[in-house]
This record gives sequence, structure tokens and C-alpha cells, in this order.
Amino acid sequence: MDLSDRDLALVAVLADGLPLTERPFADIGIPIAMPEDEVIARIAAMTAAGVIRRFGVIVRHRELGYSANAMAVWNIPDERVAAIGALLADSPEVTLCYRRPRRLPDWPYNLFCMVHGRDRACVETIIKQLSLQHGLGGFQHAVLFSSKRFKQRGAVSGKVA
Amino acid sequence: MDALDRRLLDEFQRAFPLSPRPYAVLGERLGVAEAEVRRRLSLLQGQGVVSRVGAVFRPHSVGQSTLAALAVPDFDVERVAAIVNAFPEVNHNYLREHVTNIWFVVAAESVERVRDVLDAIHAATGYPPLDLPMIEDFHIDLGFPLQWT
Repeated sequence: MDLSDRDLALVAVLADGLPLTERPFADIGIPIAMPEDEVIARIAAMTAAGVIRRFGVIVRHRELGYSANAMAVWNIPDERVAAIGALLADSPEVTLCYRRPRRLPDWPYNLFCMVHGRDRACVETIIKQLSLQHGLGGFQHAVLFSSKRFKQRGAVSGKVA
Repeated sequence: MDALDRRLLDEFQRAFPLSPRPYAVLGERLGVAEAEVRRRLSLLQGQGVVSRVGAVFRPHSVGQSTLAALAVPDFDVERVAAIVNAFPEVNHNYLREHVTNIWFVVAAESVERVRDVLDAIHAATGYPPLDLPMIEDFHIDLGFPLQWT
């Protein structure tokens, strides 16, 4: 789906979320002069096309008691990374799973998973189980727990109308 | 947080009603008034539990982004984090336990602009960022199942 300028204008005003008003789709359209029915139709079309992956209540894990999160990374041979990535992404505890480039010599890892849990021990257990279940014990690996959040915002970079 | 809050958090992470009065639809499903739904969501947002009601976009469907990281000695972390945060193109920034310890996402309208921001962060902090753009996305985001204890 190619996004039009009007789609991008809508994306930009959506970055801060829908207002909690009676007619939120009407209200969010006001600054970009887009009527309510068009706002709804464009969100529906972007959702159907997969540009919007989900639309709804976006929760913050940490404030809900999922205070621990770690980025688990592995160095997987290129020919196997897609298959292993798909397996890891299927686990409910894995909230993101991406392949990224290695940056040698500083950064040898090419598979990245985010894991959230109630505490550090939970997250460590989940990652160990994933490693056992998928036979990842032989690959170079690191677990990067987050110790502080400096910034979290839902912004996407739309072209601002 | 009571049962109504939990249902609001759990049941509407996806398939949010795209109708003119969506909070009224939520209210009907939960058996409460529209105004109560809006009041509760507003309180949850005030507490920081709800980030927003909105869209999660597929990476790179709108603009470009990268995950970047800096290896910064402990004494300099707060200064560098503040500099990184000040860039409007930075939308997540975490300290992580590793030699490469400051991790952030840079999002902008083009690959060139993302690259410019990384260069500017390098110049402003004195540390060269690792640029780790997504090559392949394996995850299908269905929201996050909450387990209430």
C-alpha cells in the first residue's frame, strides 16, 4: 500500500494517540481538516493493508508490574537465522523479534528478541527455556537487561502536513 | 486497579472498534457507561499504565528507523542520555547492562535523515553509535497477554 499525503497527515496526528472524547475520530481529524468518516476509513484501510499492525489500547509493561525486560541477542549463522527467528517469534513471551546486521568487531549478534517478565528471574528462566527448546546453546549469546528508561514515546515519523 | 480496569487493558489491545463513538461500544461490552470508560482510560493514562489508545505501525511502513547503541562509561551516562533524549527523532531510550549500554530508536522520514541524526548524536556526545537497522521482522504483534495474579 502506498500511503498518500492524507494518510501521512493522519499518521502524524495519530502519533500521540486517540483523544478520550465522545467522538475521537472526528476530533483527531480537526487539525488536518479530515472528516470523521474519512479518518475511520483510512485507519481501516491501513489496518487491512498491514501498515497498521494493531489499533487499540497500548499498555506500558513496566507500570503493570512487568518490571523486567531484557534484550536477548544471538549470533546465528546467516543461513539459519530466518528459521530460528520464526520459532522464537512464536513464543508468547517474546514481544519483538528482529534480524539486524552484525557490526564487527564490537557487535557480533544478528538476532534480537525482547522478553518481558514480572522480575529478572522470570525473564532469565524464559530465555534459558527458549535456548534449550530451540537448541541455541552453542551460539554466541548475550542478555541485556534494561536498568533505566530514559524515554518511551509512541511517535512514528510521519511527514507532518 | 479493579476488574473493569483489567478488562479495559486486556480486551482492547487490538480490534478496537472503528466506529464514531468507540468508547460507547467498549462501554456496551463491559456493561458500563461511555463516560466511565473514558474516565477510567484517562486515569490509567495518568498513572502511566496506558501509553495511549492508538496505532502500532509496521516498521518502515511510515518513515524509516533504526536501533542505535552507544558504549558509554558509567560516569558519562547521564550526560549522554540527556543529549540523546533531546533529539525529537529519538522515541525510545534505555540503559542496558552491557558495555554497549545506551540503546535508542531513531525514526525519521528517510534513511538519509536517520543517518544525519546518528551523525549529529556522534558529534554531540563524542561516542560513535552502532547503527542496527531491522533486516527482517519475525514477530506478529497480537498485543501482550496480561496474566493477573
